[in-house]
Amino acid sequence: MHLGNYLGLLENSEKQLCDAFEHVSKKHRDEPDIEQMCAKLSAWSREHRGKVMPFVEKYSKDKSKEPKDLRRDLFSEKRSGSLALLRDLHDLWLLTQEVHLCWTVIQQAALGLRDEDLKATYTFCYARTKRQAEWLLGRIKQAAPQTLLVAA
Amino acid sequence: MTETRDSIKDIWGPRTGYTGQWPVRVDEQTTETPDHWVQSACVLCSNGCGIDIGVKDGRIVGVRGRAVDRTNYGRLGPKGLNGWVANQSPDRLTKPQIRRNGKLEDATWDEAMELIVSKSKQIIKEHTSGAIGFYTSGQMFLEEYYALAIIGKAGLGTPHMDGNTRLCTATAAAALKVSFGTDGQPGSYTDLDTTEAVLLVGHNMASQQTVLWARILDRLAGPNPPKLVVIDPRLTFTAEKATVHLAPRVGTNIPVMNGLLRLLIEAGHIDPAYIAAHTVGFEELKKIVDKWTPERVERLTGVPADKLREAANILGTCKTLVSTALQGVYQSMQATAAAVQINNLHLLRGLIGKPGAGIYQMNGQPTSQNTRECGADGDLPAFRNWGNPDHIQQLADLWNVHPDQIPHWSPPTHAMQIWRYCETGSIKMLWISGTNPLVSLPDLDRVRKTIEKEDLFVIAQDAFPTETTKYADVVLPAAIWGEKTGCFTNVDRTVHISHKAIDPPGEARSDFDIFVDYSRRMDFRGQDGSPLLTSTWQTTEDAFEAWKKCTKGRPCDYTGMSYAKLSEGSGIQWPCNEAHPDGTEHLYTDGVFNTQIDNCEAYGHDLETGAPHTHDDYKLIDPKGKAFLKGVDYEVPHEVPDEAYPLWLTTGRLVYHFHTRTKTGRSKALNDAAPDSYVQLATEDAARYGIVDGDMVEVTSRRGRVLEPARVGDIEPGLVFIPFHYGYWDKPGRPRAANELTITEWDPVSKQPHYKYAAVRIRKVLA
Ligand code: SF4
Repeated sequence: MHLGNYLGLLENSEKQLCDAFEHVSKKHRDEPDIEQMCAKLSAWSREHRGKVMPFVEKYSKDKSKEPKDLRRDLFSEKRSGSLALLRDLHDLWLLTQEVHLCWTVIQQAALGLRDEDLKATYTFCYARTKRQAEWLLGRIKQAAPQTLLVAA
Repeated sequence: MTETRDSIKDIWGPRTGYTGQWPVRVDEQTTETPDHWVQSACVLCSNGCGIDIGVKDGRIVGVRGRAVDRTNYGRLGPKGLNGWVANQSPDRLTKPQIRRNGKLEDATWDEAMELIVSKSKQIIKEHTSGAIGFYTSGQMFLEEYYALAIIGKAGLGTPHMDGNTRLCTATAAAALKVSFGTDGQPGSYTDLDTTEAVLLVGHNMASQQTVLWARILDRLAGPNPPKLVVIDPRLTFTAEKATVHLAPRVGTNIPVMNGLLRLLIEAGHIDPAYIAAHTVGFEELKKIVDKWTPERVERLTGVPADKLREAANILGTCKTLVSTALQGVYQSMQATAAAVQINNLHLLRGLIGKPGAGIYQMNGQPTSQNTRECGADGDLPAFRNWGNPDHIQQLADLWNVHPDQIPHWSPPTHAMQIWRYCETGSIKMLWISGTNPLVSLPDLDRVRKTIEKEDLFVIAQDAFPTETTKYADVVLPAAIWGEKTGCFTNVDRTVHISHKAIDPPGEARSDFDIFVDYSRRMDFRGQDGSPLLTSTWQTTEDAFEAWKKCTKGRPCDYTGMSYAKLSEGSGIQWPCNEAHPDGTEHLYTDGVFNTQIDNCEAYGHDLETGAPHTHDDYKLIDPKGKAFLKGVDYEVPHEVPDEAYPLWLTTGRLVYHFHTRTKTGRSKALNDAAPDSYVQLATEDAARYGIVDGDMVEVTSRRGRVLEPARVGDIEPGLVFIPFHYGYWDKPGRPRAANELTITEWDPVSKQPHYKYAAVRIRKVLA
């Protein structure tokens, strides 16, 4: 059984998302909505990760030796200027998709296992992951034309 | 010379208890006997009292209330009776000015307009029209906003246009859209004549709309006085009259409202049949409010559980209810969500769309409703939906342009974001009209640094030299109320016409003429090569007729109105069309709201994050005319008092002033009544800091500092208050604008800034 691996993957991607939101929040202090919303959404991911931890424990014996870290090469370059914000939001959105997919995969297993607690955790967290992505998408759409078309 | 009362001392005038129609009382203030009177309405708050302007030898010599007008039946408050004096102020701007070698110098209209046009064209060539932004007002006329909207959206095609209405009523519009599908106040002022109860949330009506408050005072003096529930952290004039006054800690509107709704649901004081037939979302809302027991509300907000119960009992058992909200809700944490809870209250009780039952998501400024209706802010004209391709096509047809010329690819840029783009250098030309951001925006130091930027070309269009015109590259002298003709709409959808009474001073021109002139000089053209609509207009009446076409079939239908009809007597409430030739008192009388997918003004938002929903999202939830019940849980404000900044600051208005005092500060009577800013603090806090009345106090936040004389008492401990009106034009030197201290942040849905809280520290300074 590889459920333990996937839970590890999920836990790790929630952590990456949490850290990334926090990073973007601090980096873009001059954009008040970015600073505040990213701080809030970072807290959501922190909470999700906390909720996932017990399941990582619970299913850890079912774990094979697959690497749990799908680290992407995000936020790596030093970005500045008006494109930086858009690129950072872009990377955040990609991270939410990772989390989203992990949850989708795990939900299938939770159904099969009839693990009601895991199902409840899924329902709660998955909905909020979607909302994180929706906010990012809305903000990306807002920033895109100005960033791409108007030089500054 | 007539003065029916000294309104400075007697703000609301004598009491007349009444039932039925509110009796007439004509208030008048003239310095000489006029040779004739000219029909108008007051532009010094959102109430829109009918007013006649008294004219003698081409000068305004006074005003009187219009007895026939449904809004005020002749009454006027201190601002209305005294504010007109500002028209005659000797420091009016009378000539265009251009900055040359760092100094503003007089110029001709031709020079000024040609400079603006050449600058516009150059910027468009180098950076697209996305580098041009407009920051407008809540104090111009409907025709002017519609002209501006067309110029921005069809002429230039820039998404960057918003008004200072973002600071004052964006949340009103947002909350109405969230619950009912479109903007538009459901109720009518006549509801106040019969209602059994009034709920005022963060709305100091007694100081803001003094004439509307007089209507309530007269009800209180009558045989069947309504009960008043007031939610406000300060003991305002309004709160003094409350049957129950709830004084929650700053930033805790949501727990109080959630707690009230919970009590209503628990007591069964709701209308299940109405909820089932006309709303969606009840179960979720119930879940959200369920944990807010009175005890929990008390712990968090400081409102005693018993008082909350008392308030809930009034709100739950009255057979009719009028609710109002203003800046205490709109400029605070979770603004839209809290305002929506007021709509929810009415929906749960089925108290909407009938006599005596109304909601006023109040406007602050006189014509802010029109900024919103006409699309001179982040909305599209006549409550159209920027996400709906059919709505965009309708505008494209009206304006004879390609639909993609109209910026609809992303949400229109809100004011704070426009300023942010100016700060980052992405907007290179900012056209400010009829507003004074250098006093009214939060975190003034940041705004000053932005407007001073070399690469930002600033146009300021105003009647007076202000803190803002000082920084402009071009100053355009504007004609104001009394000097031009146009229409505007008050809070209960009453449309008034304001006729030109006198000529503007010097070379000043109306905002309408300035915008139309710009349109012609820019030679904007439609897709068949003919001149853009705005370039064809000769008079404001042409614009009004075009506006009527734009509103046809929309909730704010003006098609049944005309300049002639509006000049007959009283103002008229929209929608006014063939079906309702005399206007409409109540919206949603049949419980059918504007939430249908092809009708709604927005597809909704995530109330917590502000993420906009799409057409596809909406398809899944299209309530087809039912209203939305929505709620959120409490969130802690982003800045709370700590060791370094141990006190809450809140800001607000005074009865004698409007906005940044550009007009009211130039009326001797109003200025003498409230000549300077101050900081109000609780007796306990004053004692702790060794401060007595009149001491000079330094108030500091993370963003700036001000020096204000102290006023002790009538406020909760831990909270200090500074009125927001005061700046520097008449008193340079001492830092005194409240917005030196406030925070740059805004509501995620309405994007309205949070003026109502900031953490500060205080210190007595030796004068
Ligand atoms: S209540 Fe408002 S509109 Fe009426 S007179 Fe006073 S300021 Fe003018």
